[in-house]
Amino acid sequence: MNTTLQPKKNKTGSYIAIVCLVVLYAILFVLDNFVTGSSMLMLMTVLRKGAIYSLLCVSMNLLNGFTGLFSLGQAGFMLIGAYAYSIFSIPRDQHDTVYQYFGGGAIKFSIAEEIGKLLGENAGNWLGAIVAIIIAGVVAAIFAALIGIPVLRLKSDYLAIATLGFAEIIRAVFQWNGLGVITNGSNLLRKYPTFADMKIGSLSFATVFPFLIVTVCIGIIVLLINSSYGRAFKAIRDDEVAAEAMGISLFRHKMLSFIISSFFAGVGGALLAMFQTTVAATAFTTAMTYEILLMVVIGGIGSVSGSCIAAFLYIACNEWWLRFLDKGGIGSVSIPFFRDGFRKVVFSIVIMVIVLFFSKGIMGDKELSFTGLVNKLKKRKAARIEAAQAQEEVDAK
Amino acid sequence: MQEFFAANLPYLLSGISAGGQYALIAIGYTMVYGILRLINFAHGDVFMVAGLVMVYTTASLPMYISIPIVLIATVVLGFLIERAAYKPLRSAPRMSVMISAIGVSYLLQNCALYFTGGLAQTYPAIPFLSKSVVIFGATTKMVTVITPILTIVLVFVLVALIKYTKIGMAMRAVSKDFETSQLMGIKINSVISVTFVIGCFLAAVGSLLWFSNYQSIVPTSGSMPGLKAFVAAVFGGIGSIPGAVIGAFIIGICENIIKGVGLTTFSDAFTFVLLIIILLVKPTGIFGEKATDKV
Amino acid sequence: MSENTVLRVENVTMQFGGVVAVNNLTLEIPEGKIIALIGPNGAGKTTAFNCITGVYQPTNGKVSFMDKPIVCAHPTGKMKKQYKGENAELYLHERTLNPTPDAITGLGIARTFQNIRLWKSMTVFDNVLIAKHMRAKQNVFSATFRGNASEEKRMREETLALLEEQGLDKFKDELATSLPYGLQRRLEIARALATDPKLLLLDEPAAGMNPQETQELGAFIRQIREKYDLTVFLIEHHMDLVMRISDYIYVIDFGSEIAQGIPEEIQSNQRVIDAYLGVAEDE
Repeated sequence: MNTTLQPKKNKTGSYIAIVCLVVLYAILFVLDNFVTGSSMLMLMTVLRKGAIYSLLCVSMNLLNGFTGLFSLGQAGFMLIGAYAYSIFSIPRDQHDTVYQYFGGGAIKFSIAEEIGKLLGENAGNWLGAIVAIIIAGVVAAIFAALIGIPVLRLKSDYLAIATLGFAEIIRAVFQWNGLGVITNGSNLLRKYPTFADMKIGSLSFATVFPFLIVTVCIGIIVLLINSSYGRAFKAIRDDEVAAEAMGISLFRHKMLSFIISSFFAGVGGALLAMFQTTVAATAFTTAMTYEILLMVVIGGIGSVSGSCIAAFLYIACNEWWLRFLDKGGIGSVSIPFFRDGFRKVVFSIVIMVIVLFFSKGIMGDKELSFTGLVNKLKKRKAARIEAAQAQEEVDAK
Repeated sequence: MQEFFAANLPYLLSGISAGGQYALIAIGYTMVYGILRLINFAHGDVFMVAGLVMVYTTASLPMYISIPIVLIATVVLGFLIERAAYKPLRSAPRMSVMISAIGVSYLLQNCALYFTGGLAQTYPAIPFLSKSVVIFGATTKMVTVITPILTIVLVFVLVALIKYTKIGMAMRAVSKDFETSQLMGIKINSVISVTFVIGCFLAAVGSLLWFSNYQSIVPTSGSMPGLKAFVAAVFGGIGSIPGAVIGAFIIGICENIIKGVGLTTFSDAFTFVLLIIILLVKPTGIFGEKATDKV
Repeated sequence: MSENTVLRVENVTMQFGGVVAVNNLTLEIPEGKIIALIGPNGAGKTTAFNCITGVYQPTNGKVSFMDKPIVCAHPTGKMKKQYKGENAELYLHERTLNPTPDAITGLGIARTFQNIRLWKSMTVFDNVLIAKHMRAKQNVFSATFRGNASEEKRMREETLALLEEQGLDKFKDELATSLPYGLQRRLEIARALATDPKLLLLDEPAAGMNPQETQELGAFIRQIREKYDLTVFLIEHHMDLVMRISDYIYVIDFGSEIAQGIPEEIQSNQRVIDAYLGVAEDE
């Protein structure tokens, strides 16, 4: 079988993936509309936030894992995305309330409303959100292009600290009251459409929507990684000097990777804004970048599926499964160390253990694939049969 | 000119004081980077932990016992961090070590969150340091005057240590060439430990001075001063102790003058603007080229 | 020599601080020939390669490829005072050219490395395939959305053909670094060939090979020269290989040229023998 000539490795694999996705969407749709209850609320939060963080992790992985650029500017680009989305999405009649200290703000339109005027309200809502999200990504990408020109010349740790610095500068600029007519200064941005507004008639798509956007985005990143450009990125990661000697322009490819990663960080930021229903620049700290980086490490640097698994695991543990650690005990049994913040301590210890002893993370640089899984099982079975045969032979002697 | 001086004197004074405190932290960064080529992201958090230890020890012990305990505890913490989180990764790629440092920083912050219950802690007033003094008509705390003097004294002691003692010589050798020094029989691990011990000791002194000034500690209190101190180290030329000190004073003073002008939002951002400019114009920093100063 | 000159290196000097690594080096590489650059360890051979391929910008001098200047420099800044070389005035008024290595590779100069630099985490196949990236016409969008599937297919077919020719096709799905040393060297050459070069620079291609492999390598270099219409410029320490395959040899020591000529001339040149064996210093 000639695998190398065909870039798409296996057709059945992609069919299975598509079927799984459809089933997933169906389940999410049912959860969105027909299931209620307080524990469901927690599940929905985990699902939505997990999806958003998957995208953020994958976008960081593209840069740090696949191109080998250690950048710590993720939070800055998320901030830009979140702000761009909300600024262009706040309905016109809400401007005076939101921008109450800045005379109703300078940007006096909402993309959703403008599209709504042309195509009807439903279409306006959906298309408006999607267009605003894309704009959020584009704005983040433009900033990345401007920042990238000077910083991408720097090497490893200097690059890390410079991008971190840029994220902090962006955070300060967005909080500055001098730009208040656009950014609302140090005040919150709110009242823009959120996941709850993603409806058709009375049917809610509050979880389906972020999943859709995230799957499309991650799909694009995977396609990119498996393309000629993705291979060039990996070549740069493995050996810059050799890559350059083989005609790969370092600057151009690093820039591309940086811009694309920032675009998706911006999209992730916009989704996070929709999830949180309010946006404040103060929240996009370096700690946020660190958190995403740690998720990437847990999942495996250089593995897209690893990043997604880690993001969901991390969010589920953080928001849900390990909550009991913060609550003084399990049920009525009180346990001495369990109180506020214990969850985070346990969490950080687990992370340190992974960083120190399982530096490959969950997936290493491998990808989760159905065919791979099947092959592995087959191999294991074959090995077992072989071993059994060998044993028989020994026994026969 | 005189008017400007008079109006800005309080800011200038607090700038010099902040600069001294940054300098004490920056030395830890610059020495560790000089030897391990590692940005020790956890250093700022060690500084914060030193502050918290002070809060908890003074709750039950008198000041003259608490201060030595703080210094010792911080040094031990630094030593343990190095042994547990960095030593196992000696041969790993630089990115892994940096990630480990970020992990340690996350761990320290979360532990602090757990112990404080998320509440801001009030730093005890150290009687001598908190006394008010009047300089050129500006009222300020004693700590403002003490900091630069103490910083400079400590730096001189440290430079002498590096220049004239055997361990100092070993440190200089290791910072020049890791592998060769190992081959020459220098015990790398003990040199690295000493580096961390010195860095953390200075950070603990810095924390005594810093928190006497600001008096409130939250788990994230260490990250900003830490980052600024690192920028100071880069600014002065990473690996150079005098460079780090001068960089720290420049950053401390500029930052406080910016606050004085009324652009408080940008006082943090300014530091990073400075960082990026220096990285682009002269990545080696102002003292980076003088190889003899390297540690 | 009547043939066209592919590469012309003129008065190239590379000075690091106070150390002159390459001093006023001038060479000509005629089309279709195999030219060797030899010299004792530390003579500045690899530095010369690095100056040609854009890894270093030389302190002074000029490099032309197919009669077009590609690298040109004269001492600037601090180096003006420190400069110990010659001929600085020649290029003072010429436009400084300081291309990145990828631009030079784009012109048609490919190279291999003294200490093999394959992409470690990738397969043999991918190592060669990536080298084809530079010549691909697809942009990032068409590549991502598979708008140019035929080109991708062509790249893969060409890669496979190249690997077959080099006898590496049976290892194509293995990690590049899992190959034996000799094959890694061969893969590096295959990777360089994948960039469609006119001139191939080989930096110690026989280093670490046993006599058998070295023997084969000689034949192999000749063979690829015919097949791909190449000009080959190589650095080598295995003298029997150099003498056997080169058409012309340049010898440098301490950065400066000490001899040039056809193999027979070099073998009997006293200065070359002295450089290699050392001269007894008379009082």
